[in-house]
Amino acid sequence: MEVTEKSGFYVYSDVELDKNEGIQIEALKTASQNSIPDPDRWLDEETQRNILLTSLDAILNWARRSSLWPVVCFPACCAFELIATAASRFDISRFGMEVIRASPRQADVMITAGTLTWKMAPNVRRIYEQMAEPKWVIAMGACAISGGTFAQSYSVVPGYNRIIPVDVYIPGCPPRPEALLHGIRMLHNKIAKQSIKQEAGK
Amino acid sequence: MTVALSGKEIAARLAKQFPGSIIEATGNTILVKADSLPEVAAFLKNAPDLSFDYLVSLTAVDYWDYFEVVYRLTSIPRNHSLVLKVRCQGRANLHLPSVTGLWRGADFQEREVYDLFGIAFDGHPNMKRIFMWEGFQGHPLRRDYL
Ligand code: SF4
Repeated sequence: MEVTEKSGFYVYSDVELDKNEGIQIEALKTASQNSIPDPDRWLDEETQRNILLTSLDAILNWARRSSLWPVVCFPACCAFELIATAASRFDISRFGMEVIRASPRQADVMITAGTLTWKMAPNVRRIYEQMAEPKWVIAMGACAISGGTFAQSYSVVPGYNRIIPVDVYIPGCPPRPEALLHGIRMLHNKIAKQSIKQEAGK
Repeated sequence: MTVALSGKEIAARLAKQFPGSIIEATGNTILVKADSLPEVAAFLKNAPDLSFDYLVSLTAVDYWDYFEVVYRLTSIPRNHSLVLKVRCQGRANLHLPSVTGLWRGADFQEREVYDLFGIAFDGHPNMKRIFMWEGFQGHPLRRDYL
C-alpha cells in the first residue's frame, strides 16, 4: 500500500482508498449470494406463524406474577390503604390483582393488612393452608412485620412470620399505596427468579 | 338533650324503698351495695317515672383496693340518664349479680368485664371469656397484670 507523508500524518491516496473499497464490496457480494436461513425454516409456514419459543420457567413465572389474586385477610386499619390501592386511583388491576377472592382456594397471594390477635391466628393460618400452591405472602405494615405498636401486647401476634412464611415485608403504619405497589413489584421480581426445578426439589 | 338526673334525689327515693341499699350519691351517680343491685336495678327499670330501659354501657375500673363496676343507664321514653356503680372488694374470687335478666345488652359486656377484670357475674347465662381464649392466664386490664 502506497502512503505519502504530509506534515507528520500518514494519508492514503484517493485512488488507493477507492480500490480498497471496491475490493471489500466485491468480497461481500461474493460471500452473500444466498440469504441467511431462519432458525425455524424447518417448520411449515402455518406453524411458523403461531409459535413463540421461550423457556418454561419464563412463561410460567410470567403467567403467575401477572395474575396474583389476593385472598381476604384484612384484620385491621392497614386494610384501608389496601382498599385505596385496589380502587381506581392506584388500581391494582394493572397487575391483574383486582380479583380479591373470598375463597382461599382461588387465591395466590395473602396481603396481611392489619394487626393479628392470637385469637384470630388459627383462622389466618387455616386460610393460608387452604390456599393452593404456589402461594406467596406480603406482610403489609408494622403490625404484620413485628406486631407494630402492639408488639408487647398480651393479645397480638408479634409478626405474621410466627405463623406463616412471609415473602415480602412492607414497612409503614400504614404503608402508603405507593409502598404497597412497590412491595407487589418486589414480589413480581421474586417470582420471576423462581424455577419449577426448585419447586420440584423443595 | 338527655337530662342527667340528680343522684342525690334518686338515692333518697331508693333509700326509702330499699333501706341500706345506697352507699353514697354524687352528681348523677349512685353507689349501690352489691347485694341490693338486683332489686335497685329492677326498680330503676320498671318504675314508670324512671323507666331506664336502655343500658348504654357496662364497664369496670380497677382502684387497687376494690373494683368498681359502672352501669350507665338511659331512659328512651323519659329521655334522662343515671350512672349506677357497684364496688367489689379484694382481688380474688370476685362475684356480682348479673343484670342480663333486665337488660339483654349486658350479656357481652359482663363477659368482657369477666374476661379482662376477673369479676364473675352470677346468673349470667353464658359466663365465659369473650376476647381471650379459654385457658388464658390472668385478666389483662387489671393493674397488676404483667
Ligand atoms: S401497621 Fe398501623 S395501620 Fe397497619 S394495622 Fe398496624 S396499626 Fe393499623
